[in-house]
Amino acid sequence: MKLPIAGAIDCDLHPAPPGARALLPYLDAFWRDQITNRHIERMPFTLMSYPPGSPFAARPDWRPASEPPGDLDGIRRHVLDPFALRYAICNVLHGAIALFNEDMSAALCSAVNDWTAHELLDPEPRLRAAILVPPQNAELAAREIERVAPDRRFVQVLLLAMGETPLGRRVHWPIYAAAEKHGLAVAIHAGSTYRVAPTYAGWPSHRVEDYVAQSTAFETQLLSLVAEGVLQRFPGLKVVMSEGGFTWLPNWFWRAGKTWRGVRPEVPWVDRAPAEIVRDRVRFTLQPVDAPAGDPAVLRRTLEHIGSDRLLLFSTDYPHWHFEGEDALPEGLGGDTIRRMLVDNPLETYPRLGDPAPGRRRAGASRGAPKPARKRGTVARKEAP
Amino acid sequence: MNVALREPKAVQRLTIVDCDIHPTWRTPAELYPFLPQRWREHMAAWGPFVRQGLAGQLPFPRMMAGGMRVDSFPQDGSPPGADLELMRRQHLDANGVEAGLLIALSRGGLEERNLDFAAALSSAINDWQLERWVRPEPRLRAAIVVPQEHPEHAVAEIERRAADPAFVQVMISPRSSDPLGHRRYWPIYAAAERCNKPVAIHVAGFSGGHASTGTGWPTYYIQEHFAQASGMQNTIMSLVFEGVFERFPGLRVVAIEGGLAWAPALCWRMDKHWERMRSEVPHVLRPPSEYVREHVWFTTQPVEEPDNPEHMADILGWIGWDRIMFSTDYPHWDYDDPRQAFKFPLTGERRARVFRDNAKALYGLP
Repeated sequence: MKLPIAGAIDCDLHPAPPGARALLPYLDAFWRDQITNRHIERMPFTLMSYPPGSPFAARPDWRPASEPPGDLDGIRRHVLDPFALRYAICNVLHGAIALFNEDMSAALCSAVNDWTAHELLDPEPRLRAAILVPPQNAELAAREIERVAPDRRFVQVLLLAMGETPLGRRVHWPIYAAAEKHGLAVAIHAGSTYRVAPTYAGWPSHRVEDYVAQSTAFETQLLSLVAEGVLQRFPGLKVVMSEGGFTWLPNWFWRAGKTWRGVRPEVPWVDRAPAEIVRDRVRFTLQPVDAPAGDPAVLRRTLEHIGSDRLLLFSTDYPHWHFEGEDALPEGLGGDTIRRMLVDNPLETYPRLGDPAPGRRRAGASRGAPKPARKRGTVARKEAP
Repeated sequence: MNVALREPKAVQRLTIVDCDIHPTWRTPAELYPFLPQRWREHMAAWGPFVRQGLAGQLPFPRMMAGGMRVDSFPQDGSPPGADLELMRRQHLDANGVEAGLLIALSRGGLEERNLDFAAALSSAINDWQLERWVRPEPRLRAAIVVPQEHPEHAVAEIERRAADPAFVQVMISPRSSDPLGHRRYWPIYAAAERCNKPVAIHVAGFSGGHASTGTGWPTYYIQEHFAQASGMQNTIMSLVFEGVFERFPGLRVVAIEGGLAWAPALCWRMDKHWERMRSEVPHVLRPPSEYVREHVWFTTQPVEEPDNPEHMADILGWIGWDRIMFSTDYPHWDYDDPRQAFKFPLTGERRARVFRDNAKALYGLP
């Protein structure tokens, strides 16, 4: 069904990631040299998880003739205008996060964030964005969060569902400390950097398997954040599970709850049932809706199993292909649930969306922001070498 | 779990089939009579060689009594599951178990890296199951343990046991070197299909060489325990998308101890994304949920427990009441008691199916 009201908030939208050449103006002299001398600026930096030509990466009628799907014009014509959105949150899935060189990854992530501010947020006031961080080094990631956080148009930190270690591990905690400090949510988005096999039996043969398996990675991350104590240690932190589905949640609630009752002395800081903690602190973007299309009663019943109408955040997942036309809402949702999902739940999850006059200071340009560790170019656009 | 359960006399209206009972040996030397001299010496000198950092123990220590019911330790000091008399008194008789399916988890046939040793161990464990358990206690049935990473040996072992009604299924581990749908395992499915025995996929403590999640190793046992449910989903997914059920239309698979409440949502998800991405997998001719509905059976333990027990009835209905088979996991700590496993009312017909008739039909039990 179509959206019943104007002013909804789309919590997962994917602009086409910039190639490395477009990032050169946002890099300092050292990295500009590295990137050009090594011909890295010719590389696409496309994540393996999202091949741009595949049918699910872009809806056919959303696919531009030449450019990769997700250009600003398309975002306006296909999403912001027809759905009459108040905001849409950009998750720029750039391949910088899959590099092994932590410093290069950090430099390119910074460049992507500055590119996002200049190329998307400046020209289009309805857009908000996630901060891209180098996931393999939490210290560098936290530094990038500190650098970008003063720009209040950035509302969350972006991590992938499959990486080197479960995200609850303590090595990642500096990311959560920085996000909590600045009132940023942490979004865990579908995708893998393929540091380990996507399943516990190794490597599937097909992309469809990897995509289906994302929901099991979200199960892992959810339990990791609960069991390893992240949600207890950072009580102000909100977590958003993006593009991982949500109909798997009842099973997670029931199984995690039963096992916790059996083994809770192992994790004494988990002092409530895992489902209660998740209902308080974790949110899930709407698309993809993994439920039988022709049977709304099943989805309705599954939402009863989930037991809360505060967990879902509206998302189109543009330009990924999950629905047709403007039917961004599945059948089976009640009116109150829809209104909460479209507006109230996003506003509760992202306090920065409630800013009376959204901050427009640019990343890094804030006088109050901590100094970046490296000498960086100013964030104002520089001439390409 | 920390107190001895009462052992009521069996006043059961319904006898049951328990699809997951774990026998073990008093000492590994129990296997020696079934091993050639060369492998006895190897076992004594070298021991098991598996893909983890600790020898002779699991790297995620269990929470109580080594993962066992504390009342299941035999008086003579041997490990839980080693004493047939105690198993009879505590479980088979007390719970009215008409047939019990043995799942011989071993530090051997399924996980051993040395494939020749794995083959010898598998044969030995199968002989041991016959001599030590099924012959003395005809209520018990064995599963054919095979060296799954050595399909040639696995097929030979299946063929050697195929005619023996003591063996009702073929057992493999989902924590394999490759996802179980991969072609290297197809000879095993072909052999199982030929001899008309289901393939039992039981969760395993030992890694096949990969982290227990798609994003690396967790920290705590509570996570490792959950990873079995995620991994079983990935296993079913692999069988579907690799085309195993298209290639082996007579194959029947039993998912054991990996949970089941995830099955409907997994099927919805597979169907949805198969529809979008099917040009990548043209060999998958039908919606994935149809293959699961036809080819996959689920055992119940550890059965999920919603706050509202009726929600579990929704799930079982969505899976299909003819595909659910009761199991206890005796003597492990998270054992499900048949009197308490389902906290919602079951009709007499459904109760009979889940606790007995589905398993009898699948395994052809009298």
